Amino acid sequence: MTGRAVTVVPMTSSAIAVSGLRKSYKDKVVLDGIDLDVPAGTIFSLLGPNGAGKTTTVNVLTTLTSADAGTIRIAGHDIAASPREVRRAIGVTGQFAAVDELLTGRENLQLMVDLSPVSTKDGKRIVGDLLERFELTEAAGKPASTYSGGMRRKLDLAMTLVGSPRIIFLDEPTTGLDPRSRRTMWSIIRDLVAGGVTIFLTTQYLEEADQLADSIAVLDQGRIVAQGTAAELKRQIPGTHVRLRFASEAELDTAARAVAGSTKDTEALTLRVPGDGGTRSLRALLDRLDEHSVSAEEFSVHTPDLDDVFLALTGHATEVTAK
Amino acid sequence: MKASSLVMLRRNFKHVTRNPTSVFNAVLMPIVIMFMFVYMLGDAFSVGVDYIDYATPGLMLLAVCYGLGGTATSVNSDMTKGIINRFKVMDVSRGAVLTGHVVSSVVTNLVAIVALVGVAFALGFSPKAGFLDWLGVAGMVVLLATAAGWFTVALGLFAKSPETAGMAAVPLVMLPFFSSAIVPAEKMGPGVRQFAEYQPFTPIIETMRGLLNGTPSSSDTITAVAWCAVIAIVGYLWARSLFTKRA
Repeated sequence: MTGRAVTVVPMTSSAIAVSGLRKSYKDKVVLDGIDLDVPAGTIFSLLGPNGAGKTTTVNVLTTLTSADAGTIRIAGHDIAASPREVRRAIGVTGQFAAVDELLTGRENLQLMVDLSPVSTKDGKRIVGDLLERFELTEAAGKPASTYSGGMRRKLDLAMTLVGSPRIIFLDEPTTGLDPRSRRTMWSIIRDLVAGGVTIFLTTQYLEEADQLADSIAVLDQGRIVAQGTAAELKRQIPGTHVRLRFASEAELDTAARAVAGSTKDTEALTLRVPGDGGTRSLRALLDRLDEHSVSAEEFSVHTPDLDDVFLALTGHATEVTAK
Repeated sequence: MKASSLVMLRRNFKHVTRNPTSVFNAVLMPIVIMFMFVYMLGDAFSVGVDYIDYATPGLMLLAVCYGLGGTATSVNSDMTKGIINRFKVMDVSRGAVLTGHVVSSVVTNLVAIVALVGVAFALGFSPKAGFLDWLGVAGMVVLLATAAGWFTVALGLFAKSPETAGMAAVPLVMLPFFSSAIVPAEKMGPGVRQFAEYQPFTPIIETMRGLLNGTPSSSDTITAVAWCAVIAIVGYLWARSLFTKRA
């Protein structure tokens, strides 16, 4: 895997381009006009609660399910016209670790080698490398049924990497993992992108999208309700504010009078000033305090987290805990 | 690229050897049943010939059916655990997964039948079949196993969980008892007798019985082959459509 020359077939800079994707099951609309564009070599995260349509989106983009309407290009190939080319370019790790429990870790990887165009000699090396990279060498000879949840996910992802896919779909890769395994998975995902791979990640964890993704789309009831970087999403909603803490109530009062639109909390001796968090408005605020010769003990900028964003965008909470 | 069907077949064989329950059900269970009927109950049935000679063809069919439970369960577990989806998003021949299951099911059936016939000989089985008759028996067994295999793969894909897949195969295991496998249909009560006479397993068993007796019956054979063809085609089409649809 490592050190192999990366030759990308001439294609547009979009690894995944979707427009007007629709999908219904019977009369239930699951995806209601999705538009996405994922530049090559980036991590894109589709964020949404259970039932938002994340898995359906992955199933359509990975040729498992056909779309009712819309055009989809993966690695430059039209998914409806050339599904085999698409399959050759992608790797998919689904929501449940799809490993063969009766086979050992090594046999699982070997199975993927046997089914891919990789030669036997390269295959042996690839299997060894992957086992080492995912710290599975020791368990390689044991049946996958004896693996822990974290090990299974790692084996699952390792199996996906056998054919060196350029675009990898990860459907809720850390759901059900303990925090430590989750961090391991995150660092593996970051390494993959460093190697030039494009990642399409679905998650219901806001922190995960925040941590990993270059770009996030919020999916709710089959529609994309917001799209952008984590910071852009946070800025889209009101709520960013500066908090100033003062040494005395007198100073707090002076400051409160000086800064229009601020709200004071006399108990905590803090002043809350709404703003966009940009440097210009900050400088203006600090200048204003200087003019009135008050100085704050402590200063911090608060941006809403993605939970706030989600609530503001969809009008309902993410229900991430209700699993 | 290696032939993916062979890769799948090798995987299925590993499964069979690593799953003692499936080996027991497919290979040992029919032999246990043979002992039970031939030693314990056989003398109580009067069928006109040595009971072992009467029962062996029926038990061969029973052996095929007992192997199918394992096939249904393993196909379903591939489906529900996401293995089939994993193969579907790879550039792998779409038929390979299912073909692998059918072929390994047929091979398991053949192993079971060879073992069963071996035990039958030890118990005094004395068929009058010539070489061509034996060839006919082998052909009938392969045809039946393939047809039932495709049908079972479809059942496995259709079921919601491995447990219900196991249940779905139960009628296949029960059906031989309501055929001429153990006792002649004309000795059964009304209702059951008509069912036994017209259900597909009876002509299949009678075909094998005729061949092993050295007296093949062409009308039974035609009916048997027709039934197998229908079961195979229905099973194959159903399996293909479920395989494409279920994601």
